[in-house]
Amino acid sequence: MSIETPDNLRYSKEDEWARREGNRVTVGVTDYAQQQLGDVVFVELPEAGKVVDRGEPFGVIESVKAVADLFSPVGGEIVEVNAALSQTPESVNEDCYGDGWMVVIELADPSEYDGLLDAAAYGDFVKSRSD
Amino acid sequence: MSGLRETPLAALHRKLGARMVPFAGFDMPVQYESIKREHAAAREAAALFDVSHMGQLHLTGPHALAATERLVTCPVATLRIGRVRYGCLCNLEGGVVDDVTVYRLADEHFMLCVNAANVEKDYRWVVQHGGEADVRDRSTETALIAVQGPTSRSCVAAVAADPDLVASMKRFRCVEAELAGRPMMLSSTGYTGSDGFEIYCDAGDAERLWQALADAGGEPAGLGARDTLRLEAALPLYGHELDDTTSPLEAGLDRFVKREAGGFIGAEAIERRAREGHPRKLAGFVLEGRGIARAEYPIASQGETVGVVTSGAPSPTLGKSIGLGYVPPALAEIGARFDVVVRDRPIPAVVVQTPFYTAPGK
Repeated sequence: MSIETPDNLRYSKEDEWARREGNRVTVGVTDYAQQQLGDVVFVELPEAGKVVDRGEPFGVIESVKAVADLFSPVGGEIVEVNAALSQTPESVNEDCYGDGWMVVIELADPSEYDGLLDAAAYGDFVKSRSD
Repeated sequence: MSGLRETPLAALHRKLGARMVPFAGFDMPVQYESIKREHAAAREAAALFDVSHMGQLHLTGPHALAATERLVTCPVATLRIGRVRYGCLCNLEGGVVDDVTVYRLADEHFMLCVNAANVEKDYRWVVQHGGEADVRDRSTETALIAVQGPTSRSCVAAVAADPDLVASMKRFRCVEAELAGRPMMLSSTGYTGSDGFEIYCDAGDAERLWQALADAGGEPAGLGARDTLRLEAALPLYGHELDDTTSPLEAGLDRFVKREAGGFIGAEAIERRAREGHPRKLAGFVLEGRGIARAEYPIASQGETVGVVTSGAPSPTLGKSIGLGYVPPALAEIGARFDVVVRDRPIPAVVVQTPFYTAPGK
């Protein structure tokens, strides 16, 4: 089982990825997470405008077999939500770093982004758990 | 994975890339690549399941018939050699010790196929209440592979010395057959709601049989798909719909209980509980709002908790969120409405006829 971890992203230990553009961070679940979950059938996301802390659950993802919380890798206001996932939750399996994105967060504290794992460190973290 | 037991096929599952999870004390494949795809294989083609974790208790000797008749809720004296029936082992309070399939292999030889989690409990129960019948637990030496789906017949026929025997076999029969070049026991039974077979063989022959069935088009499928398949067929899962306190009648298993003849352990308690009125009945429901019902989610009516979900999942075949749960009898009627509480939010549900899915031609 090979895991994709693009170099241009940052990662949390709760298996979310984050991509910063200016002060905004796009968030989704990692390739490892979607493989572990299996066929994603349901994604529950908050309304735009909700403010979340780093590490706080902001939504729920369900596969045929499992239910998992989505934890925010950074704190801030949720300014965009991927509404298409309610119709096509399978995007999370097919394209977790693209069409499967979940929310965009306006960073409250930019240092939180810098504190996330880089691709190599996250890859090692995943490996350490599956050994 | 210390302490977990393995089936004779565990190494093969890992080689196939299965995700292994603990289930009933065994390290079992939950899925290979996709539960949805494996589910579809059992509805549209032929899926292979390793269910060697299940147990087999054999009762033999001149007292085997009387003992089995007393142990299970279904009629046994009328069970002919080569036939299979579904029933329950019940305790004195009418609760379900286990749900089992009963095989008559010879005049004085019966086999109970039991749930993996209950093998030791069942063995003790059967020895304790089996009178003078000889009881043997042959679970460890026996492997079991299920082949389920509309093309399962041709898949099994392809590995059989006598393909006509497979082609003409009616449901709920069992027969000795040479499969993959070895003597095995072929049973036209299953736990998916699709046409299919279960094949009992020596543990040492399991890999050879699996390989032959895979070469004949059988697609490996895990416990994840097995669970969504049995839920669509509204087949109970011990520990969810059934347990030591549940009467088989609460679970809607009336037609597997010899209510007039009685004469089995728990019969009096089951009838007494029926006379007094069951406080709850099992209902099959479809969610009408967005969300997925899961085991242990509360069921509410007008804001009051009135029941509990025992099994729930998105149905891959129907594209709806389905479930089973215990509710007061009035709410178990077809067309009744209640809410399933998903993360503190009530999602409307309606009670429907079960099974949710019926195979074409069945």
